[in-house]
Amino acid sequence: MATSSTRARPVRTLVTLGILIVVLFGSLFAGTKLDPKTEDNPGGASLTPGLALDLEGGTQIILQPVTTDGSQPTAEDINQAINVIRQRIDAQGVSEAEITSQGQNNIVVGIPGRPSQETIDLVSTSAQMRFRPVLSVGMPTATPTDETADEAAGEDAAADEAPDATESADATASDDADAATDEAADAPADESTDAPADESTDAPAETTRPEDPSDLSQITPELQEQFDALDCTLPENLVGGDSGPTDSAFVACADDGTAKYILGPVEIEGTDIANANSGLRVGQNGVVTNEWVVNIEFDSEGTKAFRDVTTRLTSLPSPQNQFAMVLDGLVISAPVSQVVIPDGKAEISGSFTRDSAATLANQLNFGSLPLTFEVQSQEQISATLGSEQLEKGLLAGAIGMLLVVIYSLFQYRVLGLVTVASLGIAAVVTYGVISVLSWTIGYRLSLAGVAGLIVAIGITADSFIVYFERIRDELRDGRTLNSAVEKGWQRARRTILASDAVNFVAAIVLYYLAVGGVRGFAFTLGLTTLVDLVVVFLFTHPLMQLLARTKFFANGHPASGLDPRRLGVRTARYAGRGRVVGATAAPGTADDTTQDAPAQDAPAPERSAPVRETVGAGVGRGDGPRMTIAERRAAERRAAAPADGADGSPTADAAGDENEEKH
Amino acid sequence: MASGFAQWGNDLYTGRRSYAIVAKRRAYFVVAAVLVVLSLGIIGVRIAGDGLNLGIEFRGGSEFTVSGVSDTSQQPALDAVAAVAPEEVPRVTSVGGSTVRVQTAQLSNAQVEQVATELAGAYGVDAGEVTSSYIGPTWGKDVSQKALVGLVVFLLLVSLVMTVYFRNWRMALAAVIALFHDLVVTVGIYALIGWEITPATVIGLLTILAYSIYDTVVVFDKVRENTAGVLDQTRSTYAERANLAVNQTLVRSINTSVVALLPVAGILFIGAFLLGAGTLRDIALALFVGMAVGAYSSVFLATPLEVELREREKPIRDHTAKVLALRAERTETSGDDEDAALAAAGVAAGSRQLQPGAHQGNKAQPRRRRPR
Repeated sequence: MATSSTRARPVRTLVTLGILIVVLFGSLFAGTKLDPKTEDNPGGASLTPGLALDLEGGTQIILQPVTTDGSQPTAEDINQAINVIRQRIDAQGVSEAEITSQGQNNIVVGIPGRPSQETIDLVSTSAQMRFRPVLSVGMPTATPTDETADEAAGEDAAADEAPDATESADATASDDADAATDEAADAPADESTDAPADESTDAPAETTRPEDPSDLSQITPELQEQFDALDCTLPENLVGGDSGPTDSAFVACADDGTAKYILGPVEIEGTDIANANSGLRVGQNGVVTNEWVVNIEFDSEGTKAFRDVTTRLTSLPSPQNQFAMVLDGLVISAPVSQVVIPDGKAEISGSFTRDSAATLANQLNFGSLPLTFEVQSQEQISATLGSEQLEKGLLAGAIGMLLVVIYSLFQYRVLGLVTVASLGIAAVVTYGVISVLSWTIGYRLSLAGVAGLIVAIGITADSFIVYFERIRDELRDGRTLNSAVEKGWQRARRTILASDAVNFVAAIVLYYLAVGGVRGFAFTLGLTTLVDLVVVFLFTHPLMQLLARTKFFANGHPASGLDPRRLGVRTARYAGRGRVVGATAAPGTADDTTQDAPAQDAPAPERSAPVRETVGAGVGRGDGPRMTIAERRAAERRAAAPADGADGSPTADAAGDENEEKH
Repeated sequence: MASGFAQWGNDLYTGRRSYAIVAKRRAYFVVAAVLVVLSLGIIGVRIAGDGLNLGIEFRGGSEFTVSGVSDTSQQPALDAVAAVAPEEVPRVTSVGGSTVRVQTAQLSNAQVEQVATELAGAYGVDAGEVTSSYIGPTWGKDVSQKALVGLVVFLLLVSLVMTVYFRNWRMALAAVIALFHDLVVTVGIYALIGWEITPATVIGLLTILAYSIYDTVVVFDKVRENTAGVLDQTRSTYAERANLAVNQTLVRSINTSVVALLPVAGILFIGAFLLGAGTLRDIALALFVGMAVGAYSSVFLATPLEVELREREKPIRDHTAKVLALRAERTETSGDDEDAALAAAGVAAGSRQLQPGAHQGNKAQPRRRRPR
């Protein structure tokens, strides 16, 4: 429309908004075709937004704690577990799960919709991640009949270690927890036969430890027996759960049942992990492979421990140079330590899928549960609030909206239609965004979210009201509609941005720091704030620019809501090129009452913004108050008047001004 | 009336009509203080009495599971609980196809027995099919704690943002004080009515925080605009400028409040009477009261407070003294015009404003001397 680059291009902006909306709904529609929401695919796209537990119902999972020693978990354990479960679920999206304890020690988790197996794992597995050195690796099957054969099979991989290990095991079996001095003496004796050169570098480090965790002497006969008896092909041995003692050796299966291990004491705890995330493995030359891995970063303590461990292990023979990552008592990965890793970054590979890698990263981020849980029951539950509540609530909200429309039309006449249209656009955009988000990040609309949206009506409408009032203010100052729209926008924009920024800060802070329902609310608040900005910038303002060009508005039709005469502009306005517009009402007809006259004509062409006052700066007398031209004239007249001028009423004076100025 | 309202808006804008909100600030401070003390008193009485009416989400409660029912409709359960504990509003959920879950606030042992019997009767199952257990809060201490931490960080950050935006920490302080006023008064009124406090209520309160700060920022932005460069002139004081700002945004404040409150009022008055007790009613009440108080406080408390704080700044204090002195001097020497004229126009002292002039048309321009 407008071709000059200096002029505003409202049509272009409106078209941009149109394209945005089309893209929004187009992607949603494409989503429903490509990834439809079905019974099997609860995370798929749908044209309606997902509803939260309170409005739609979902699945109730009852979790029962599993303790290996049969002891009762304490209330503190349960609270801690609820805490961790909530964090894990929150990290998955904004689904507002409901988590509570039931009876003595059960935990009930309510999740909207139908949870996938990953979600159930997320809430029920303990995720105790521990890093242990590998002492011995064996075939997964148990060989109870022939111990020596099994031992040989197990130690085969360990090359010539076996005899050594058994010997030293015998020697030190009784005093595992030897003092450092003992150990230092022991270690060279044990290993000098294999790798004296390597060992010498390790010796100083070992003196600081009470015991070298890689020391094969830890394999006691009982442990060996346990190891032999373990059959990792049996499914019940692959459930995991018991993470074993932290300070001594431990027997574990690989999580896929392909091997069994004897592991040394815990070297690094999962709590030393600072951050974990999942992604595709990046190969050595920067090529992205299609293998899913979990990348972890240790905190400072973990980094140091990890560096020490990799330093020690790298030099050891196989399988002692392997490092087992043990999750809930199962070895998920046991990589060979090839180089010293000084920066505390490690990668866990294993048989991960995208979802299971993400689940593990999530679990590692929020620490382990103090207990492992068993899913006792998993059932569909109905909405906690009746569907009746939502329907009647929406009905009531709709009536409220109708009242808003009536009020806007009453207050702003035809301009009220702009408000209504803007609110309508805001509603459409919000609906689209919520639908897309419930597809992509699992957003669920709860009743609290609905309440947030209703308040958003107020905040969104306020932006228009601020803007319209600014336009009216500018009209009152005597501008044409076109320039009033521009000038009013410049000032309103600042206010709108400032107030929305505050709201947005609130939303972000609450989203990142709060949990549960508060988080869902914060998300809705942030969302509506952004939608508000989009609508004001891309719809209301360009629409006003367009409307300002129509005769109906520009000439200030009484029904337009922008009639300068109704806005108190009673005097003529210079329209340029010698033309004067306005001044339909005789100046002062309404104001000629004695009360108003001086006020209206109180001769101060001073505007509300004080900066403009400098207009009169040149006529001040000395350092006294600056006077306006009219004031100065009045003062001169007073000075020239005879002595009785002192009791001349100010009204008369002002009236004199009026006469003088209206010639 | 619309034209009357428009005219009123015009008069407020030009300053012809002006409410001395800032000048009478002490009265508004007293009102606010009384409201806050009353609210705290009500909350205190409630806590000292039977405690705040916290929902099961906060306190935990009793849960009944009725298995093997043929009809999972909710009404029998509601009736059964109402027969034993009339003031209870249970949460009834159907679990699977043949189980009903009923959650109530914690009941005494005798009541639990009674409710179990009633439920068995209502659903026509054996008493053995009804099990009861204690459930913990879904909104535990850690949730409240996290929300509180979030709130404190939010307040600090918002104060920081406002301090940077307005380049004045006193404005941020005034806004935060007004926020506390809103919060306390809303909770007080809620406690007075005595409805159950649910997570929905808490979320309603958080919404109010956001709305209150928002509204205050809009008003303060006008104050900022009007008081920019106030020290460069000697015609009006800072307080008068701020007062004009409040008056000029009054129409906006009223329009916004009405538009924001109408849908909430719809839910509160229509919804509550249609639905009776429920989450929607709780949240609507919290929102309605909070938004009304928030709109009131940003005009009648935040701005006067802001002026009160700003006048402690030395430049502004000196400026105010200078303006008043000059004004007195002028009144003495000229003996008339400005104040008298303004007073005649109905502009009360303390909110005095000059009228903006207007273009007088080309007739007001000096005539060009035509060569003859």
